[in-house]
This record gives sequence, structure tokens and C-alpha cells, in this order.
Amino acid sequence: MDLFPEILPAIDAALDGEAPMPAADTLLAMAEEVVVAWLAARGEAPDGETVEGFRLLALHRQGCRGTPSFNACRETCREIVFRRNVVVLGEAGSAAAAREMRLMAMTVRHLALFVGGKLAEAGLGDFCCSSRPLREAGAA
Amino acid sequence: MAGDLKKVAYYPGCALEGTGHSYNRSTKEVGKALGLDLVELKNWNCCGAMEVKNVDPQVQTYLSARNLTIAQDMGFDTVMAPCNGCYHNLKKAEYDLTHNPQAAQVTERISKKAGHKAYEPGGVETIHALDWIKHGVGEEELKQRAKGKLAGLKVANYYGCMYTRPRHIFPEKDQGPGSESTSKPHFMDDILAAAGAENVEFPLKTACCGGAHSLSDSDISTKLVLNILTTAEACGAEVIATECPTCHSGLEMHQVRAEKVLGRKTSVKILYFTQLLGMALGLSAKKVGVQENLSDPSEFLRLKGLG
Repeated sequence: MDLFPEILPAIDAALDGEAPMPAADTLLAMAEEVVVAWLAARGEAPDGETVEGFRLLALHRQGCRGTPSFNACRETCREIVFRRNVVVLGEAGSAAAAREMRLMAMTVRHLALFVGGKLAEAGLGDFCCSSRPLREAGAA
Repeated sequence: MAGDLKKVAYYPGCALEGTGHSYNRSTKEVGKALGLDLVELKNWNCCGAMEVKNVDPQVQTYLSARNLTIAQDMGFDTVMAPCNGCYHNLKKAEYDLTHNPQAAQVTERISKKAGHKAYEPGGVETIHALDWIKHGVGEEELKQRAKGKLAGLKVANYYGCMYTRPRHIFPEKDQGPGSESTSKPHFMDDILAAAGAENVEFPLKTACCGGAHSLSDSDISTKLVLNILTTAEACGAEVIATECPTCHSGLEMHQVRAEKVLGRKTSVKILYFTQLLGMALGLSAKKVGVQENLSDPSEFLRLKGLG
């Protein structure tokens, strides 16, 4: 199964030096798209909120409602926002900014892999990522 | 944190008798070297891990609670569990028995059937190996004992997803200075820094290792692990320090699989923090079970003057 066929190849290409690194806000938008896909799979639309000024954090919070195991990517989302802020507030084009961009891209990639895996395994439930009590309706 | 951590009950859990044996070995050796006494629970049982939890979460609560009863019967008020899964489940049992009357009833009923008294919440505090060393010894003593032996070693500290989640079962965390943070854990960083290591800034320290996907979708696990390994390398790390046998085995196994299946070779080494700390305290690589790990870091350790 191809997970996020537009996002992951774009990030891989940028990290492998085969394509320019997307801008920090583009990477942030990719992360938002990943969480929106999670919400869509649950039949939900984004509620349009922001948390601490960021849509990604609000999307993540929404994605956890009823599925506490989605909190396993809470810090991943916060790291993405943190790296984005470091890049935006730092010196554009510097070596430090380039390094932060790489780390941000890797963190977005992790979010996409994690959520993609959860989507693929969603029928199995919710321990950590992939199980739920067998006696729960529809679980077996 | 409960009182004296110089002598605590020890709950190794199943993984530390199998794939995580080197974690068991190195934890015990570090304890000996630091003058910390571990008394293994008598006749302990599985914490319920994920398997029992999937069948019936309240039976899992009972299984974890039984271990807490044993600790109490042995006269301890603190039990140390080095495995994140066990640590998490014992903490969760404590929480459930305090807040969920139905869970308490089930534990009461099964305990009666099993012929022992039911665990009453509040009797025993569960701590992690990181708490045990951080609070039982402290960084100052570690600094003196290790004499900077890990100097020059660049480490990414990887805590995994269960050490801090869900926040509500860890009431002692996020309590300000001296306590552990659930959003940015640092106890392993503190301990290894005290031994001289240079901790790198690592954005995936609590990210999912794909452990739960290992059997159902190995490719996802391999990609998640590969991303952790390459990110650690991008951060400048030579070693990923671990504190969970499931994460550790996953990182080691999928490092091999990433090379075989995806053709992506990574060179970052994966060692338990207790192995690194043990070698910093002068123990040999063999003594801390490095030969029991899947990968062989012996050449790297020799170059670093460790083991």
C-alpha cells in the first residue's frame, strides 16, 4: 500500500538531494494534510480551530478524540511546529536553517509513516497502534 | 517518588528474560556497581502486556496488580520495572484500581479465586530504571563515579512512546524541576550526560518505533525504524541509547531488515542506556551483555575506549 503517495516521495527526494527542500510552511502543510487524512478516514472534517496558533496542533487534538492512542504522535506534531518556528525565526539560508529543515522533513516523514500505518491497521484497533479488546463490538 | 531507592523490588518482566536479556544483565550489574540493591519479585507473572490487554483489559489490570501485591507482601513500597511496557501496565493498573470501581471489583474477584489478597492502590509505587538511577544515585555521584568515561560519545536518547503516555497514569511527571517531562523526557539524557556523553538534539525521542506493527506489517515498522536511525545520524549521533526492550529489539532487527529489504545501511549503534552507563562505570562489554545484542558494536566500543 502506498502511503501518502505525494508527500512521502517528495520528502524522500528532498532528503536524498534529488529535489529542492520544500519551504518550512510547505512541510507544515504536508503534516496537516497527513492528520486531515486521519480525520477523513474517521468520517470527520477539520474543525477549523488552532492551538497555540497552529492548525496542526488543533488537528492532532481533534484526531485524538475517542482514540487516545493517536497521542503517540503528539510530540511528533509539536516537534514539527518547533522546527518550523526555528527555521522561520532563524537566519534564512544558513547552515543551521538547512539542518533544521532536514530534521523537520524527517519528522514530517515520521508522522506520515505513523499515521499511514495506523490507517492501514485501523481495523485492528488501538493499543499503542494496533489492537483493541477482542470483546469490543466488531473487533474480532 | 517513594523513599529509599537503595533497595527496591525488581520486576524484570518477560522481555528481559528473552530478547531483552542484556537489559536485565546490564541493569543488575549497574545496580551492583552503584550499590543499589534489587530484590526480584518472587513468582512474578506477566504484566498482561498487549496480548492479555487485547482479550480483556481488566484481566490485564489484575495481572499487573498481582505483581504489586507480591511487592507489598515482600515488604516493599517501591517496585522498579525497566521495561516500558511493564512500567506502563503497572502504572495503569494503579490508576485503574484507583479510578475504576469495576476494575477494582474484577481484581478483587480474581484475587480471591487465586487465593491471595487483592492489591489496594497506593501501597506500592512503580518506578522505571531511569527513576531508580536518577533519584537513587543522582548525577553528582554518577559524575564522580564515571569520571567522564563517555566523553566524546554522541548519543541520541530514544525513550519510545510508552514511557510518558498516557500522561494521566504518571502523576509524578511534569511536576517542575527535578521531575520527568512527558513532552520532552530528559532523565536518560541527564544520566548519560553525567557519565560524560554528549547528547544530541533528537526530534524523535518519543516517536513510535512501529513495535506494534512488527508482525502485522513489518514494512511499516522497518520504515519507521529506518527514519529513526537516519534522523539520529542526521543529528550527529553515533549511538542510540534505549530504555525499552521492545524498542531496542525493534531498532536492532529493523536496522538489519532495512539493509536487506530496502538497501539502506545505517551505522548508528544501538545500546541500552544501562550498557553505556555500566561501561562508563568500568564494567566490561561482556559484563553488561553487549554480546547478547543483535548487532556487534565491539569494534566501535574499542575505538571509543569502552568495554
